[in-house]
Amino acid sequence: MPNPRRSNSFDLSSARQRCRRYRRRILDISQQVSALHVAPAFSCTEITDAIYHGLMRRAPDGSFQDVFLMSKGHGCMIQYVILEELGILTREDLDLYCTPRGRLGAHPDFGTPGIAASTGSLGHGLGIATGQACAERMKGSDVLIYCVLSDGEFQEGSTWEAMMMAANLKLPNLIAFMDNNDFSGLERMSEGHQAFYPLIEKIDAFGWETAEVDGHNGTDIFNAVTGRRGDRPLLVVCHTVKGKGVSFMEHVPVWHYRSPNAAELKQAIAELEKDEA
Amino acid sequence: MRNKFADVFYELGKADPRLCIVVADISPAGSIAKFRQDFPERFINTGVAEQIMIGMTAGMAQRGLRPFAYTIATFSLYRPFEMVRDDLCYQNLPVTVVGIGGGVTYSTLGATHHAQEDVSIACSIPNLSVVAPCDPSEAAAATRWCAAQEKGPVYLRLGKAGEPDFTAKAPEPWEFGRIRMIKPGSDVCILSYGPIMKRAFAVADRFEAAGKSVAIASAHTLKPLDRERIEQILAGFKHVVVIEECAPNGSLSMRVQQIAWTSRAHCRLDTFTLQDEFKHCYGSHDDLLDEHGLAVGAICAQLGLT
Repeated sequence: MPNPRRSNSFDLSSARQRCRRYRRRILDISQQVSALHVAPAFSCTEITDAIYHGLMRRAPDGSFQDVFLMSKGHGCMIQYVILEELGILTREDLDLYCTPRGRLGAHPDFGTPGIAASTGSLGHGLGIATGQACAERMKGSDVLIYCVLSDGEFQEGSTWEAMMMAANLKLPNLIAFMDNNDFSGLERMSEGHQAFYPLIEKIDAFGWETAEVDGHNGTDIFNAVTGRRGDRPLLVVCHTVKGKGVSFMEHVPVWHYRSPNAAELKQAIAELEKDEA
Repeated sequence: MRNKFADVFYELGKADPRLCIVVADISPAGSIAKFRQDFPERFINTGVAEQIMIGMTAGMAQRGLRPFAYTIATFSLYRPFEMVRDDLCYQNLPVTVVGIGGGVTYSTLGATHHAQEDVSIACSIPNLSVVAPCDPSEAAAATRWCAAQEKGPVYLRLGKAGEPDFTAKAPEPWEFGRIRMIKPGSDVCILSYGPIMKRAFAVADRFEAAGKSVAIASAHTLKPLDRERIEQILAGFKHVVVIEECAPNGSLSMRVQQIAWTSRAHCRLDTFTLQDEFKHCYGSHDDLLDEHGLAVGAICAQLGLT
């Protein structure tokens, strides 16, 4: 399957503005609930933004031709706020997040507009994405399947079963991203599981095309995908910071889950605005 | 049953390009080998990797295909359990999970290969339909239904090979979700499903030798269970017997007992299941059933048939 041609390059300055907006929106929503996985969403903000605003192709009617699957389901807040801005989810959907009258929970649910798979239990997304990519190839379509995984998901055996199978099938239409923020729920992964590293050689050895980028630079992410050889599945290892953009959240495990209090929120917003200035 | 499934799947696959089969290192028996040869792109072997077998079928179904996952029952349901639950059932996708050799069919291979609780486990997952045919003819009808249906995931529990025909003279056709009479009778009704149906017929012979008229019903669809028909059977017969190849907890027996209680049934009810034990016994399928207390003689003794 040939690479889809893209004449457009990725506008980094617009992407940065969008990502600041998305982080701010997530912080606002965090005040409605006690927990919403702020930091895991912030680490994959630029990756998800680059997929939606740079990589996925749209039909003339505006619908996405390609598919995005958030395997790290706990990072779904970034997907929700992007889908809200795109008009696929509504403001009311986000306002009713995690309430009985709403339809959005802390993990994505298949059947909700814009959601390609129910995830939340880790180690499922890449297998489903492999099946989706395989089906598209069988149908002779040129649809691309984009999938974002956490680095923690690479501790699941099922992820490696999918790695083996996608490479066996030489699926060039499967493009995965590892949100390599180095933190699982409990601790820094590279300290708790030293023998797991280095990563890129392992993925290479499994027969995938690989790239390694700064996961907070949308242009680098965009270029890694558009510049791929494209004869097999691609995994882009994105070096990221868990809680990126808010100093007291960065690299601090407790922000895996909790919402900021009023004072913390004020400081977080100030930091995002300072960054904008 | 296994070969009949393969023949029917091949025929259906010729007509429907959405049908595909994902196996996990099980040798393609009968017509599945022919399917692989004729439609190589629609036959996928994930190797000894059952989680990806199920995960892939979910993704394939989401993109418009109608996949079957196919391997030995323990490996199609137990090993990838969370993928069956989350990927197929939570997302409610039209995928058929075929479990070959449900119950203690793989009798010499030890309990690692005995899916003795598969029906109980499968019936406990929301959205999952559970179908367990008793002979090749029912397997053919069930396979056709699975391939055509759009409602959600199905666990299709098959035997292996060589089951005799029990339903050629059945007075009622196979219909998903409907218990069917496969032998008419008026005094006693035996409810059974799957390859252990052979013992239901053997027990019926003993009843008839004692002068009783015995009906046999195939409870091939374990979920959704045909509660209405079970109530009718409990009300219409003086004596109802359930014989099944499934662990007691969550079994058809337990559910029939529950229905008998809630419907205030007055009949005598006897139930026979596998035991809640791992058997360290190696022999034929019949040997394993005997070891679980399901010898025809043992069943008849409990029923007062000498």
